[in-house]
Amino acid sequence: MTGTALVPRPSPAPAKTRAPLGRHRLADPAVGVWLAAAAVTALGWIAVAARGGDFLTLTNVVGILQNSVALGLVAVGQTAVILTGSLDLSVAYLISLGTLVAATTMENGSVVTGVLAVLALSAAVGLANGLIVTGLKVNAFIATLGTAFILRGWIEDNYTGPAGKVPASFQHLGYDRMGPIPVSLFLLLAVTAALWVITRRTRFGHHLYATGGDEHAARLSGVRTRRTVIAAHVLCSLCVGAAALFLASRLGAGAPWAGTEARYDLESIAAVVLGGTVLAGGRGGVVGTLGGVLVLAVLDSVFNQLGVDPFFKNVVRGVVIIAAVALYARHGARRSA
Amino acid sequence: MSTGTATNAAPERTTKAATAPYRALARTLGTGAPVYALLIVLLLALAATDPGFYEPDRFLAFVKRAAPLVILAAGQYLVIVCGEFDLSVGAIVTAGVVAAAEVYGTHPGAPWALMTAGLLLAGAAAGLLNGLITTVLRVPSFITTLGMMLILEGAVFYWTGGSPQGRLPEDFRRLGRDTAFGWLPWAVLACVVAGVLVALLTRSDFGRTLVATGDSERAAHLAGVRVRRVRVLAFVLSGVAAALAAVLVGGFSGVSAQAGRGYEFEAITAVVLGGVALGGGRGSVVAAMAGAFSLQALFTLLNLQGVSGALESTVQGVIVITAVGLGAADFSRLRRRGHPPGPPTAAPPAPATPSRTHREGHPHDPQP
Repeated sequence: MTGTALVPRPSPAPAKTRAPLGRHRLADPAVGVWLAAAAVTALGWIAVAARGGDFLTLTNVVGILQNSVALGLVAVGQTAVILTGSLDLSVAYLISLGTLVAATTMENGSVVTGVLAVLALSAAVGLANGLIVTGLKVNAFIATLGTAFILRGWIEDNYTGPAGKVPASFQHLGYDRMGPIPVSLFLLLAVTAALWVITRRTRFGHHLYATGGDEHAARLSGVRTRRTVIAAHVLCSLCVGAAALFLASRLGAGAPWAGTEARYDLESIAAVVLGGTVLAGGRGGVVGTLGGVLVLAVLDSVFNQLGVDPFFKNVVRGVVIIAAVALYARHGARRSA
Repeated sequence: MSTGTATNAAPERTTKAATAPYRALARTLGTGAPVYALLIVLLLALAATDPGFYEPDRFLAFVKRAAPLVILAAGQYLVIVCGEFDLSVGAIVTAGVVAAAEVYGTHPGAPWALMTAGLLLAGAAAGLLNGLITTVLRVPSFITTLGMMLILEGAVFYWTGGSPQGRLPEDFRRLGRDTAFGWLPWAVLACVVAGVLVALLTRSDFGRTLVATGDSERAAHLAGVRVRRVRVLAFVLSGVAAALAAVLVGGFSGVSAQAGRGYEFEAITAVVLGGVALGGGRGSVVAAMAGAFSLQALFTLLNLQGVSGALESTVQGVIVITAVGLGAADFSRLRRRGHPPGPPTAAPPAPATPSRTHREGHPHDPQP
């Protein structure tokens, strides 16, 4: 995993990166966040062991991985949008609506129609976000916040509580395991791998980075920046749709609070930034994001094991997020927003 | 500020349609013109749906309800115009309300003035922390204030064990509830005073350096602006504004864990509705406060129209997107192509919104 982060990135001064290779690697946020995840795990292990517990049991590790699937899917999608310098705040309500649509269509139809319905809904929302941002030139923050409000109204108007039912065959996605590894983890890895290939190995991916780095320059050099931003939004929403499908399969029904309770909007952005992707766009990637998600999940698990007050967890979370990003900033990654 | 951009753009944009009075009007209104139009439309619509709306009592009640959002928007303006975000204001409101109740629980006799002052000071401290983390540690303010939001909410609930209890005594709630001179709600007075203070502040040297910092940090720095200090001060003032809003909200509705939820997004929406560019450097605080009034007018109108609570947020979303989209639209392009520029009320914003490439936006029209 860490190896992928060493791909040459369009960062300044590639010439002198050769000599102090070790330091350069550490300064790369995508590497740093995985090291941080390892460090947090080690600290957690020590803390739990000091209390006579055992942190690194197989069930616990598997639990951590399983818990990071939903946030991971959203955050990986969010990465694509943030790379272009945009933002998506509508993900939380899209997840809620996605679980509801999945469960209600699957109740009377087949699993396939349910999946297709959710993906179609996601693509439509992503397209709308992209068009509002690029076509109406509404700032992404406001545009996606507006979409979030629209989705919220739709949910609250049509659903009063949990709705629909997911067939048992679909619950395999949420609960089955191959050996010790949950199936859903493969979903996350597959989506991440796909996004890694798209962002790092395709022309569209280079356009994502170029658009986020300097939109004006990108357009002048022939990148269709509008299309790129729209496509990024669609891609993000499709990932969110996948997260909704996973959550529907876990919950067995659609839940209007599935996305908002866990604050996937802000948490996913936090994970992306923890993973070293610059909020202003143009730098970072999905590998780091996955590391960011892992850090949050490990922290969560450690707190649970230690029986820390759930509200105090939030305090520590806030401190960790700020501290981690402050560390990157010290490494000279120039901040532009 | 907006005046500067309007004059800069004038030579290029001066078409036959943009006559002198238009330009004078546009200069006065700045980039806020669309929000004033929106506010007028909403207020007219309110008068049409509810003939009694402009009776003094009811109108003052409307302003009173809008007061916390207006104060938050004024604070948020200061932060946004220098190129940052403050997502922690909602949490500061919640924390303020809950903390006040908690302190009153242990010291029932605390004088309200002391308590209010303490809250304002605490808000300033939270803002100071936001500002220092953002400027010294160079954490993007989106993350700083998001973290602060998690910290404050977590801390407050940890302190109260999850369910905030206690009551705020009447004399503390007076600022949010009662009226001065028998007719003027204290909240309205607070709102007006805060609004005037912030408006004066933006016309002072501090205000100018603030906008200059948001426009171009480097240029401001080279011109001798202490960029960090200016930004930290903006965060401090935003924190104080949030604490003041907390006092009002506590007076309105009492102690609740939901007291400030969503206020941060509403405040940012209000500021952007007022034509202030996210990313900084452009827009006026009066327009931002008008944006807050517009939002409140919109909520009131939706209520009066009997739109169900659920659909209310849908309508709100659509209107916010449309309004901001209209504000971003460059009507001068239509004019250049020879189409009539639409109703004259829509024309003034054009000269004042030159297609400047600001960092956050999507400048698609090529710079000539």
